[in-house]
Amino acid sequence: MIINTTSKKLFTWLDNRFNLSPLLEFMRNKQVPVHRHSVWYYMGGVTLFLFCVQVFSGILLLFYYKPGIDSSFESIRFIMTKVQFGWLIRSIHSWSANFMVFFIFIHMFSTFFTRAYKKPRELTWISGFILLSLALGFGFSGYLLPWNELAFFATKVGTDIVGAIPLIGDAIKIVLRGGEEVTGGTLLRFYAFHVALLPALFTVFLGLHLLFIQRQGMHEPEFIEQLPKDKKKVIPFFPDFFLRDAFLWLIVLNILLFLAVFFPWEIGNKADAFAPAPEGIKPEWYFMFMFQTLKLLPGQILFIEGEIVGILFFTFAAIIWLLVPFWEIRKKPGKKIQPMTVLGIISVLFILIMTIIGYIA
Amino acid sequence: MQRRNFVNFILGGGLVGWLGTILYPVISYLNPPKITEANVSMVKAGPAADHPNNSGRIIKFGRKPVLLLKTENGEFRAFNATCTHLDCIVQYRKDTKQIWCACHNGIYDLQGRTVSGPPPRPLEEYLVNIVNDEIIISENRGDS
Repeated sequence: MIINTTSKKLFTWLDNRFNLSPLLEFMRNKQVPVHRHSVWYYMGGVTLFLFCVQVFSGILLLFYYKPGIDSSFESIRFIMTKVQFGWLIRSIHSWSANFMVFFIFIHMFSTFFTRAYKKPRELTWISGFILLSLALGFGFSGYLLPWNELAFFATKVGTDIVGAIPLIGDAIKIVLRGGEEVTGGTLLRFYAFHVALLPALFTVFLGLHLLFIQRQGMHEPEFIEQLPKDKKKVIPFFPDFFLRDAFLWLIVLNILLFLAVFFPWEIGNKADAFAPAPEGIKPEWYFMFMFQTLKLLPGQILFIEGEIVGILFFTFAAIIWLLVPFWEIRKKPGKKIQPMTVLGIISVLFILIMTIIGYIA
Repeated sequence: MQRRNFVNFILGGGLVGWLGTILYPVISYLNPPKITEANVSMVKAGPAADHPNNSGRIIKFGRKPVLLLKTENGEFRAFNATCTHLDCIVQYRKDTKQIWCACHNGIYDLQGRTVSGPPPRPLEEYLVNIVNDEIIISENRGDS
């Protein structure tokens, strides 16, 4: 009772100063459509939750991590072996990073297949694409921070790929590496990207992405949009949808903890700039399809180097994907299948097949 | 031109200029300075007797890795160990007697030429001389 009156008093105090009532009214009336594709609405929320886990566990890791070629690997080993629950925090950070990228992909493809990117949500798609790129940047820069063999060569390959972009590639490669080669300078730059630059950018675009979603509401698939208003099923965002979201977060957190406890993330061998690339070298799974494609391309395609053809192909594909809301292959009358759906399926199959080949080859 | 448009033009131009003065030093700052290093053109790689036949080893050639290998016939050869595909470091494989890059399965023969896989160019060869049983690797300037 006392708490109730105190919170009411506090709210009135704040409301008098910031006029919170319209905001509260907006949240009270916010509704989420219910239909057979509603499950995809939760994927963005899970990604947001995993981002929070990343921020929290990342801040904790900063208390012990020391960037530098003589200290990075050693400090991670120290965290894993000496610091109380250090192994848990580091494993959660690594597992959660992978989960986050996984859920971003699920979220993106579900948006694509339900065609939620269409007018008026073009900018939500674009901000989401930027967030995906930043998340991949997080993954790529974070991968190097333990300064182990796999990360060292993955960074060499990854930055060399950037270097192959015609005209500007070499300049970007040098800025990324902090010089011609992957050295301690690269490690410091990647550390700066990972803990300062990328989080700042990510927060801005995440804010915009969430703002757009709040302002426009959830997208309704076409078959729901066409229904009369009284036939549409909805649930309130607060508390129904939010509680379901929170329940899913709890499940994901439990899976994360299970994996972190029973499959702690490996630390590998310390990087040596004068050692051959070890057998079985591979990038993070979400770069595997690109890695595998580059592996399969021959040295020369017509008169261009194979890798440049591959890089141009992926750059072109990414631009097409980014601009999806602004172009469309229209369905021919009488045809049942959406050409855009076919395109999406081809993309997913390409990514899946190349990833699988990458792991079994 | 109306007075208002003129003022807008001047202010807009000023803003672009101002952004340039901010961005130019930032971008220049991020571009790492060139570090002048001693130009290494030759390194000693220890006694020849230390290398068994059919083996390979990475040698530091300044800041570059060089693969020094000894063939089955006891002949020494040296190549730039950086794969011409995507910058990984290659290794000598005793079983196949070839040079191999683990990153993308690039294979070179013992002349440094691409046999299979994605490498677009052969490996750059270095000269190997043995003076008083000591291996000396030097840059192949093409004049020898």
